[in-house]
Amino acid sequence: MSLAARFRARLHFSGNHYAPDRFNQRGYSFLLMLAADLGNGKHRSCFAASFRLVCLLLPAGAAGCSLPQSTFENAGVQSEEVTHLFWILAVGAVVTWLLVMGTAIAATLHLFGKPSERAVNTFIIGAGMVVPTIVLAVLLSMGLTLLPSWGEDPERLKIRVHGEQWWWRVQYQPASGPGTVSANEIHMPAGEPVEFVLTSADVIHSFWIPAIGGKMDMIPGRETRLLLEAKKPGVYRGVCAEYCGTSHALMAFAVVVHPPEEFEAWLEKEGRPADVPREQRGAQLFLSSGCSSCHRIAGFADKGEVGPDLTHVGARRTIGAGIAKNTQGNLINWIADPKSMKPAAGMPSYDMLSNEELADLAGFLQALR
Amino acid sequence: MTEPGPQPIDEDLKAEQERRLAEVWATPRGWRYWSAVNNSEVGIWYMMTAFGFMLFAGVLGLLIRVQLAVPENDFLSADTYNQVFTLHGTAMMFLFAVPIFEAVAILLLPALLGARDLPFPRLSAFGYWCFLIGGVFVCGSIFFDAAPSGGWFMYPPLSTRDGGIGADIWLLGLSFIEVASIAAAVELIVGVLKCRPPGMHLNLTPLYGWYVLIVGAMILFAFPPLIAGDLLFELERAFDWPFFDVSRGGDPLLWQHLFWIFGHPEVYIVFLPSIAMLAMLVPTFAQRPIAGYSWIVLSAIGTGFISFGLWVHHMFTTGLPSISLGFFSAASEAVAIPTGIQIFVFIATIMLGKVVRSVPMLYALGALAIFVAGGLTGVMVAVAPFDFQAHDSYFVVAHLHYTLFGGMLFPLVAGLYYYFPIATGYMLSHRLGIWSFWLMFAGFNIAFLPMHLTGLLGMPRRVFTYAADLGWNELNMTSSVGAFIFAAGFLVFVYDVLRPKGERDRAKRNPWNGGTVEWVLNMPPEPWGARCVPKIESRYPLWDDPDYIRKYDEGRFYLPDAVEGKRETITTTVLDAKPVQCLRVAGPTWITHVAAATLAGVFIFATFHWWQLTILSGAASLAAVLYWLWTGTARHPEKDEKDIGLGVTVPLYVSGSSSTGWWAMFITMTGDLTAFLGLVFGYFFFWTIHPDFPPAEIPGPGWIWPLTAFLLLGASWALTIGARSWNRAGRRLAARLALVAGPLLAVAGIAALAAGPYSHNMDPTLHSYPAIVWALVLWAGAHTAAGIVMQLYCLAGSLAGKLTPKYDADICNVTLYWHFHGFTILVTTLIIGGFPLVS
Repeated sequence: MSLAARFRARLHFSGNHYAPDRFNQRGYSFLLMLAADLGNGKHRSCFAASFRLVCLLLPAGAAGCSLPQSTFENAGVQSEEVTHLFWILAVGAVVTWLLVMGTAIAATLHLFGKPSERAVNTFIIGAGMVVPTIVLAVLLSMGLTLLPSWGEDPERLKIRVHGEQWWWRVQYQPASGPGTVSANEIHMPAGEPVEFVLTSADVIHSFWIPAIGGKMDMIPGRETRLLLEAKKPGVYRGVCAEYCGTSHALMAFAVVVHPPEEFEAWLEKEGRPADVPREQRGAQLFLSSGCSSCHRIAGFADKGEVGPDLTHVGARRTIGAGIAKNTQGNLINWIADPKSMKPAAGMPSYDMLSNEELADLAGFLQALR
Repeated sequence: MTEPGPQPIDEDLKAEQERRLAEVWATPRGWRYWSAVNNSEVGIWYMMTAFGFMLFAGVLGLLIRVQLAVPENDFLSADTYNQVFTLHGTAMMFLFAVPIFEAVAILLLPALLGARDLPFPRLSAFGYWCFLIGGVFVCGSIFFDAAPSGGWFMYPPLSTRDGGIGADIWLLGLSFIEVASIAAAVELIVGVLKCRPPGMHLNLTPLYGWYVLIVGAMILFAFPPLIAGDLLFELERAFDWPFFDVSRGGDPLLWQHLFWIFGHPEVYIVFLPSIAMLAMLVPTFAQRPIAGYSWIVLSAIGTGFISFGLWVHHMFTTGLPSISLGFFSAASEAVAIPTGIQIFVFIATIMLGKVVRSVPMLYALGALAIFVAGGLTGVMVAVAPFDFQAHDSYFVVAHLHYTLFGGMLFPLVAGLYYYFPIATGYMLSHRLGIWSFWLMFAGFNIAFLPMHLTGLLGMPRRVFTYAADLGWNELNMTSSVGAFIFAAGFLVFVYDVLRPKGERDRAKRNPWNGGTVEWVLNMPPEPWGARCVPKIESRYPLWDDPDYIRKYDEGRFYLPDAVEGKRETITTTVLDAKPVQCLRVAGPTWITHVAAATLAGVFIFATFHWWQLTILSGAASLAAVLYWLWTGTARHPEKDEKDIGLGVTVPLYVSGSSSTGWWAMFITMTGDLTAFLGLVFGYFFFWTIHPDFPPAEIPGPGWIWPLTAFLLLGASWALTIGARSWNRAGRRLAARLALVAGPLLAVAGIAALAAGPYSHNMDPTLHSYPAIVWALVLWAGAHTAAGIVMQLYCLAGSLAGKLTPKYDADICNVTLYWHFHGFTILVTTLIIGGFPLVS
């Protein structure tokens, strides 16, 4: 079986990519119904489709039609500002386009009669220079006011995210207290600005949570910063936006926005060592198969630094950096042959393990909550 | 209106003149056809080849759309997909968008200027063969699963870490093609500046000529930084010099700067020539002169100028300070103003005229609709906070395709429909034109309009797969369907171009009733191009003088004959187009093929690190070029002057700034100097990002050796200038001695230049500082070597009687080279020797 075919089979077997169930049935344009049916064979009613079309076009993204990776989701202060800016720009662009094309077509149809050279010169200066200068100046000042204002704030929660081909190393650094190491999932409190400190281990990546705000590149040798403030608690999806090699398309992460007090509790729990069921066969396999030489489980196997931290992996929503739901079946597939789910992934295959051993190992990992 | 007392035309003389012209300009037959160098042949080959690469890249685009039609598709593997999209962008940009400008300009420019050919036909042919070989090399790589896969802008460290040869193919293959681009730019700039017909003052130049001039100049300043970047990149890949490696003082952002200093002007290099097509055809179909000639020229210059100040908007998300964001945001929006003026000039021309409906006009309006949309989304992404969301998403994919299709492809097709008769003598079909337009217009919008939304729904670009539950499925399927509709429309166009001659209509003389001088050509066009070189007194001579075509046919302008059996055209002064020289241009040859193939060998062998073969091929290439120059340029004419008609007598041989060769050298060296400044930019870029640069712990080259090198090379420069003066004054012995001493001093200069870093044990693999110092030394040393070859060429010329006090074009051009080179040496030695003393 070719790599591609196996990849497809795995994805198929692994079922849906991560997403809360309410996101699953979707479609918003009855015009596209046929194409959609060809695309994935799911049926939708025309009513549902036109309803989606309407709600997609609403700036606020009305309840019930949220998409986890959409900039229209407006789950953050920054994305909301940009959405408002977008609608102003978009309406302005459409109006301008209609005016220019209307003038051009009217000129082609001789609807202006026979204007004088002088009038036409005025037209060139007015439409070509005066109006655009004013409009662009206004746009520029609007844009500049939305640029991030950087001031140091020692009280701010810092989250260090380190991009690697093709996953995310995450470290939480609250204003006080110890840092907490995690991976491939971002948790943040609602209503509080968070400073992301972004770095890269290998090539250029870009950290992007469309639903909350704009992106920022992660550049080797540099530390870039991104200030985001989430508004709506919920689960969203972030991705790598800068092409970073073979599996760039498979470098994502879940973003969980908590109400503030819930976030404190989560962070406190995330910072504790996992409650490791040491007696399980999976725990022994984790050590004997060599998993621990790359992966860390705090309080159980502290050496591994190469791959993602697995201390609370069972509590994460996804595996493989946002590419599959965290189910036992997917975990088994991943351990047996990571490259079939993520081409060129760094983790070696463990297909020498028996099915039972794989199941034990997956079960052990799922128990790490 | 008749001229006072025109001589009745002698029909026998006219027939005899035409027979002689036909004989001199005859296109070779049989297999020798491929040795042709005339612009009408090379231009057609160039266009067909560029369109061939475009179709290839288009098929890659369709593969992308098949892969993305449905989520989680396994049509292409991740690696194949990455190669496909990289090659799609690379081929479209480097093998179609830029070369097609050169192709069209080579084909049309002589006709637009009433010239018989461009000043350096063999250079055009050489450029074409380089383009063909380089393009096949780059595109062919995908059939061996070895294509570049780093995206068309090849960001390090992804592409420096890439283990295969894909990145080398990209760097070396494209550098090779860039050489061809620069050759074409030199040819075209000199063509517009020096080969305009007598009377065509700069402000009577057809707008296409202006755009060629502007775009040629932009190529000269935009491509060299990329060539400098390519050089650094390949030095890192092949020899581990760490320009982009952060662990050894390099920085990946240096590449982004060098790439986008090229990359953004590139967009306008692609777009302006197509706008130039519209500037020619809109007046014809409005049946009146362009409204606001000065406006459009000034705004085209403005667009070209501002386009060099925008590059950072491709880097808005790299964590720049707000002040940079604000500045480049403002500049990016400012460019919309001159661009807009050009569009409004077209609309104003249409307003004032009476529009004739035609396929070219239909395409022009379609282009306007698409381009204005692309321009408006451009204004949107120029607003930095919006770009933070849109950047690297499908919104940008949509934006760039709108600007390129609307700003380049649709106007180009409009121009092809318009100028097809001049290239072939036939008309394209009206009916098929309408079909292809609507299929392409509809298909394009169905494919790319939804992508704006796909991007804002969070889809990043360059993904080979996507999950089914993100709301992108229907949009992607729609885009894929649209892409195939577009492809169908394009195939209709291709069929129209390629269908058998029997089925199509012959063009009549001046089929669109145009007013510009190219429409004076007979249909079908003759190999000699212009029957005679016309005299120009207005912008639209065919509208202003109803007798123009008759006078032209009767050979009543310049050079109606080829008595000496030589290919001749006229060169004129740069500003007011007064006749300067009767220029004899070269005929068919195979030396261009040898030079192109051996130069290709240098780049291709270097890709595989076969260094001996690389050096061998380089030596062969040098020999071929020297043979070409020796036998084909600066030939002594059989007489001093020639009567070119209308009572004007001009010399057959000129040197210095009156000659086309001098201008070609000047323009080439301007581009070369820009590449050098790209390296200098690299040096100071490292200085800005490191707190101490040059680093205290790494030794520098000291100041003694650089100073020695400067003195030695300066002396060599002075001797070259001396040789020129002494030769002209008839003191041949002094000139020859200077041309012996000059190369010797220059060899010593190279040694002194290298001795600085060498004697201080500067290891270029250790850190970016020694690496950039060595890169500057390498550049200066290689240019000194070229300068030595030129000095020896002049010495040989003097000894062989080719270079005489009277015929001294060679030494004039070599001296000009040394002026530029002297400046390079001054800057190099000041930086490597002097800067560490003051920093």
